[in-house]
Amino acid sequence: MSIEIVNVGKRFGDFVALDDVSVSIPSGRLTALLGPSGGGKSTLLRIIAGLERADVGKVEIEGVDATGLPPQKRNVGFVFQHYAAFKHLTVRRNVAFGLEIRKRPKDEIRRRVDELLALVHLEQFAERLPAQLSGGQRQRMALARALAVEPTVLLLDEPFGALDAKVRKELRDWLRRLHDEVHVTTVFVTHDQEEALEVADEIVVINEGRVEQIGSPDDLYDRPANEFVMRFLGPVTQLGDQLVRPHDLQLFSGGTTGVAARVTRVTRIGFEIRVDVATTGGQPVTVTLTRNEFLALGIAVDSEVRVQLAPGSPSTTVSTPEQRTAEPSLATTTS
Amino acid sequence: MTSATLAPDRPAAPRRSVRSGLPLTRVSGLGLGVAMVWFSLLVLIPLAAVAVTAAEGGWAGFWRSVTNEQTAATIRLTVGTALLVTLVNIVMGTLIAWVLVRDRFFGKRALEILIDVPFALPTIVAGLVLLSLYGPTSPLGVNIANTRIAVFLAFLFVTLPFIVRTVQPVLAELDPEVEEAAASLGASRYTTFRRIVLPSLTPAIAAGAALSFARAVGEYGSLVLLTGNLPMRTEVASVRILSSIENDNIDSAAAVAVVLLAISLAVIVVLDVIQRRVVRRG
Amino acid sequence: MAEHSITRTPVGRRPGRYVLRAVVTAYLFLLVAWPLYLVGRNALADGFTSLGDILTDPDVTHALRLTVVIAVTAVVINTVFGVGISILLVRYDFPGKRTLNALLDMPLSVSPIVVGLALVLVYGGREGWFGPTLEAAGFQIIFATPGMVLATVFVALPLVIREVVPVLQEIGDEQEQAARSLGANAVQTFRRITLPAIKWGVIYGVVLSLARSLGEFGAVKVVSGNVLGETRTATLVVEEKYLNFDKGGSYATAFLLALVAVACIIVVSVLRPKEDR
Repeated sequence: MSIEIVNVGKRFGDFVALDDVSVSIPSGRLTALLGPSGGGKSTLLRIIAGLERADVGKVEIEGVDATGLPPQKRNVGFVFQHYAAFKHLTVRRNVAFGLEIRKRPKDEIRRRVDELLALVHLEQFAERLPAQLSGGQRQRMALARALAVEPTVLLLDEPFGALDAKVRKELRDWLRRLHDEVHVTTVFVTHDQEEALEVADEIVVINEGRVEQIGSPDDLYDRPANEFVMRFLGPVTQLGDQLVRPHDLQLFSGGTTGVAARVTRVTRIGFEIRVDVATTGGQPVTVTLTRNEFLALGIAVDSEVRVQLAPGSPSTTVSTPEQRTAEPSLATTTS
Repeated sequence: MTSATLAPDRPAAPRRSVRSGLPLTRVSGLGLGVAMVWFSLLVLIPLAAVAVTAAEGGWAGFWRSVTNEQTAATIRLTVGTALLVTLVNIVMGTLIAWVLVRDRFFGKRALEILIDVPFALPTIVAGLVLLSLYGPTSPLGVNIANTRIAVFLAFLFVTLPFIVRTVQPVLAELDPEVEEAAASLGASRYTTFRRIVLPSLTPAIAAGAALSFARAVGEYGSLVLLTGNLPMRTEVASVRILSSIENDNIDSAAAVAVVLLAISLAVIVVLDVIQRRVVRRG
Repeated sequence: MAEHSITRTPVGRRPGRYVLRAVVTAYLFLLVAWPLYLVGRNALADGFTSLGDILTDPDVTHALRLTVVIAVTAVVINTVFGVGISILLVRYDFPGKRTLNALLDMPLSVSPIVVGLALVLVYGGREGWFGPTLEAAGFQIIFATPGMVLATVFVALPLVIREVVPVLQEIGDEQEQAARSLGANAVQTFRRITLPAIKWGVIYGVVLSLARSLGEFGAVKVVSGNVLGETRTATLVVEEKYLNFDKGGSYATAFLLALVAVACIIVVSVLRPKEDR
């Protein structure tokens, strides 16, 4: 195991940022710290980097106790959401910074920087100032700068959070490919579950200073440990006392399986059809169908239908009554 | 700039300051005309008159005036002391700005107010203020009145706010993540300051230093009571100009004034160049 | 991002900061605070007698009144000019804008004695460029109040501009455009939109200009002729009394001026939006 976090706690005044957190982060993998804003994931990342000190607990990096080490001595690469570019230095000098600090020979620095600039596709921008780059280019520069010192671990704090949707998607794919090339142990923080599911090998879900679940994207999606993880990882709707995914629900225009309901609204969203129904008990339920499924059913508003959960689909039991929301929560993709 | 969403592959917009505006309308054109007439009558024409008067005596006359033994001594003393004071201000001003921005302690607000006192205090009062601690009745037992140290001290007092006030906002705006990035790349706190923080502050320090130098070179009021204005010893350029005026030797006064004006103008140019470079860096 | 705002504590304790704090505090104490305090103490050494004396001395009260009149006039002129020129500089484009912008800072770096000399050369009654003509028409500038106002306006010229320009840039022109699109004319837009938005910038500028104007010494000395009971201002009284060995009167007048100056700074410091203290 590459990074061991043992019983770490951190407070800022009265605010508990991390509450007795223990996580093992595997070597050579791409791990996401996923959770809502203010949940403590960035604090955990900054504690790993040494930019923040834990009140209690222990941090071990590649077998070395790093708990009391200053950031300078940890050999971690850190990439910030807002790039933290050294504005007065050219792209080349930015990337070379860590190597210059380590007093590497000039020609070695030059060679290594050229390699990295090629890796992040910024060769032709080497002599520019950061102000002359786009956001995506700056973030690639920041990544090259962090990688230049051959860090034991690479830490990224919401690395794509300041970029617009299209660039974010491109950089996400690119980060995945880059990681497949360089295999450095990588931890990145995100509040975007789609980003985590798409890029990470392993996801740590953190909320209110606690770890909710650790697992592969499939584990988390198919076997959510609790209601929070279920809600956070994708759209949910409620059927009886079960929290389920709208696309895991099946509709039948007849028969006796499932629960009887009446269609209240049909909305087309791109290739999906969203069908809102109300059960005879008055519970509103959202079902998403593909266009073909919908057409095959031949239903419309006020049709009598039966609704049931497809066999083998994940669900969790709604625990606290106050979380029984009348409206199905489809807004979890935004933060 | 911090949380702006950037379009792909387009350089970030530079700071607003050089954004172009609307073409002049009839009303605003008239306004500009009135403003320019006023500015010319108040500033441009009088300053031009100084230059013209100095030029009337010809180059030889000008040169004779400024190389007159006593005059040359005042210029040397003024420029030399101003340079020295500016150096001290570069160090102390940056240090004060650093403490005011990065530290938190009881009484910081009071220090903030003290910084501005030399700016608002009438210069003649500034001289009296310094005299009360460093003059003949000093409770410290030092008496620097009528010495060159008094010139240095007076310059130091009146130029105190300049570098502090130009560096402070820049330092406050610095992104702490940049320093954290340097730390995680292995830079010690000193290296981070020298290689990352200081270069970001340099334009502000230079701008403050230029203003501080210009202010010191032109200083008059605070010296009147403090330095005794002894020829060849503590007399500065402004005092020299005034005594020339009082002796009705206007040509000589204008000649020295032109030297001071040239320094002011140079400072204005330096400031403009610095501003442009900062804008380019974004 | 909420996490970030609370995580900004420096890593570890820094012993160096206490040293820096002490150095800075000591420097400011020795250079400003202690001397300033001593002036107050000297002024009040014999209770309020010195203060009482100067306040009943007709020459001094005349000087104080003259100082206030000149300062207020200069501030009014500089406020009108400053706000106008700030709007022109920020909102409009015209040839020579960059040069004008740079020249406007000139008064900050010109010696007050040179300012005085420059005004005398142009408006002097005997040999000035315009002076004799103006005097023939009945306008005396130099050795009279108008000249002193001019000198004061000159030295305080950039202060309002320096406060207002950044505020104008900050607020942008969208609100003004919105007002125009809703049918407001230029004057209405200025009165109802621009002026309220730059109000605080103007107020800081005015207070700073007032402090500077009340305390102007060198330039006023050159153009005033320093005639007792006529063109002598408060700062000139401080000098004159000190040189005539009336130290009590000198300290008392200086104390009054210092009081006003410090009050101005405190007003500005209280009014300014508080950044992270």
